[in-house]
Amino acid sequence: MSETGLIDIGMPRLSDSMEEATILTWLKRPGDAVTRGEPLVEVETDKATMVYEAETAGVLEEIVVEDGSTADLGAVIARIRVSGAAAAPPAPPAPAPTVEPAATKAPGVEVEFRDAIRQALDEELARDERVFLFGEDVAAAGGVFAVTPGLHEKHGPDRVFDTPISELAMTGAAYGAAITGRRPVLEIMFGDFLALSMDTLINQASKYWFLTGGKQGVPLVIRSVVGGGGRFGAIHSQMPVSWLMGITGLKIVAPATPADAKGLLKAAIRDENPVVFLEHKRLYSLKGEVGGDEVVPIGRARIAREGSRITLVTAMKSVHDCLEAADLLAADGIDAEVVDLRTLRPLDLETVLASVQKTNRVAVVEEGPLTGGWAGEMLALIAEHGLGDLDDAWRIATPDTPIPYSPPLEDAHLPGPERIAAEVRRRVSPASDG
Amino acid sequence: MSGDADTTAAAPPEDVETYAELYRRMLLIRGFEDRVQSLFLRGEIYGTTHLYSGQEAVAVGFASSLGPDDRVACTYRGHGHLLAMGTDPEGLLAELLGRETGVNGGRAGSMNVVDPEHGVLGCYGIVGGSIAAATGAGLSLRGTGAVAVAYFGDGTTNQAYFFECLNFAKVFELPVVFVCENNGYGEYTPFEAVTPGGIVPRAAVFELPTTELDGMDVRAVRTAAREIVERVRAGGGPEFVEARTYRFVGHSRSDPGKYRPDGELDRWRERDPLLVAGALLRDELGMSAESVAQVGDEVDAELDRIEAAALAAPFPGEITLPEFSEGA
Repeated sequence: MSETGLIDIGMPRLSDSMEEATILTWLKRPGDAVTRGEPLVEVETDKATMVYEAETAGVLEEIVVEDGSTADLGAVIARIRVSGAAAAPPAPPAPAPTVEPAATKAPGVEVEFRDAIRQALDEELARDERVFLFGEDVAAAGGVFAVTPGLHEKHGPDRVFDTPISELAMTGAAYGAAITGRRPVLEIMFGDFLALSMDTLINQASKYWFLTGGKQGVPLVIRSVVGGGGRFGAIHSQMPVSWLMGITGLKIVAPATPADAKGLLKAAIRDENPVVFLEHKRLYSLKGEVGGDEVVPIGRARIAREGSRITLVTAMKSVHDCLEAADLLAADGIDAEVVDLRTLRPLDLETVLASVQKTNRVAVVEEGPLTGGWAGEMLALIAEHGLGDLDDAWRIATPDTPIPYSPPLEDAHLPGPERIAAEVRRRVSPASDG
Repeated sequence: MSGDADTTAAAPPEDVETYAELYRRMLLIRGFEDRVQSLFLRGEIYGTTHLYSGQEAVAVGFASSLGPDDRVACTYRGHGHLLAMGTDPEGLLAELLGRETGVNGGRAGSMNVVDPEHGVLGCYGIVGGSIAAATGAGLSLRGTGAVAVAYFGDGTTNQAYFFECLNFAKVFELPVVFVCENNGYGEYTPFEAVTPGGIVPRAAVFELPTTELDGMDVRAVRTAAREIVERVRAGGGPEFVEARTYRFVGHSRSDPGKYRPDGELDRWRERDPLLVAGALLRDELGMSAESVAQVGDEVDAELDRIEAAALAAPFPGEITLPEFSEGA
């Protein structure tokens, strides 16, 4: 480092999953003095618009990436001239871990998982005037995970609007609107906050169809961001499925691909009764081809990978972990089939049983605590209906502890590809004749 | 109708028939609740019930100001609201008896009756649920000229639903009337003991217009309700009402109400809404004492018929309701 010299400012890593970002507005111009901690530039990442503050003092010498331009993570966006030896160079950002699409890529336009959701919302808002979308920061800000940008501007403030931070009121009002002719889509920002929605979900929304003898449904969709791996700690990373599994009258949709996210959200919005639609935060940047107006039916699983030796039954982000594990296992001569459930309530027992009949072994892979999870329900169903086909059956889930924050701790907590492959290797031999 | 010249000119003339009909509905509710109590003691009604006896003027007065597109959300003390809105009393009694001919086929029972055909979104077994449902109905009804009414008790004003939904309704200027029926007790606890600052200031802080009412006087309720509902219907935003009333019975079937101070019930009984309405009909509207008594006789005869029919109805067979709908 020179005593008086130029320091490169790299595109900062402002979100865990970003690969690139767009410069919205430089708050300083060349020649301006900059102090450490002073707002320097507004940057739009895959998740949010954030202000990046100067990490070093000096004079802004040059802007390399101008307003409105996009640059990769770590690319030089500006240079600051520092004087004296006090200034430290900014640490180069580490590359962000990303989720790779494991499904076969078809030729055509690919979009991110988040954009598939936005497309479904956009198309359903246009298709049915009873549909409306609301939540905290979904409208003007476009969503804290950048899922809903532009919808407020396109469909207007009566159809897409921001609310106070009031999950009881939001969920209760969504229910009230649903039983009076509207089709609300409510975003609960993090699945952890669904605890505040539970009274309406349990005691009102999931009962109405029953109480009215099927005369009045509750066409309500709650979208919510779930899952670990984002370094959000114990109370912004949970998987709320086990809280919801016992609610009769509720559907739980849990897509793993952009195509399913779009098609299943359309199905959820068109459904006559309440659906919780789970969006795994580590899937938002996953790219894949999506359909047009195709609706993916709720309650049907898909075979994500065919195999003969063991069935891995899973959902959401864990589908991709299982596909990666299957690749690892294939190298060892173990041919794994992967079932992507896509809906967790009701479970598609038929597809799972057909797979188990073929492989005779099943591991249910759940991101969520082992005790009381949906994997136990899935295994119970398989045992009740397919015991004669089973040579082995078990669960791979997260430990019965809160989700740790520190990256090595969180990574060890989640059922990743290596752990899945290791557990299968321990219990399943490569031999495959019988 | 009494009042100044402007009010008289703006409102249609109130005649004896209007108040005779409201009196009939209040008698029907009281007689219905008396029979519910008796049937419960005979083992024909199960679980628990929460009777509306004493509060009839609130439900009947408000319901008389509502139109066919308006919606109400009630509490587990909902029999009175249902009957005020026009729910078939035989169907309601059959529901409480658990019979197939019940309003909800015996699925709901006393605390959870749903009757959308008569504008009743539901009776909510969780304190605060009615507020949320009416707030959501307000989202649907905004701009249509219809209104939603939430009924709830004094105890609800300590629930998060109350604060979140009043704020939410005001932020979006929803057409909702929040009607707090302050009957003096949240379950067994005097409201003064758990409600510092009182009730109305809690709504006023969200800038909702507030009205305090004598909930034992059906004319006072109806007169105020019509003005409030018209303002809300015209797009004036949500409003708040505290109706002071009293329940003549305990909180629920298991509560004899022994926590009441001596003489309190007697003092409130002097202002029994049926006495107040009967006096109105006789003394101000010129209805003969005989005619007023005849209304009571007719209601008794109707309830005799209803009770016999409901008790004769079969219990439901197996429920075949599909767990999930087919979607669109």
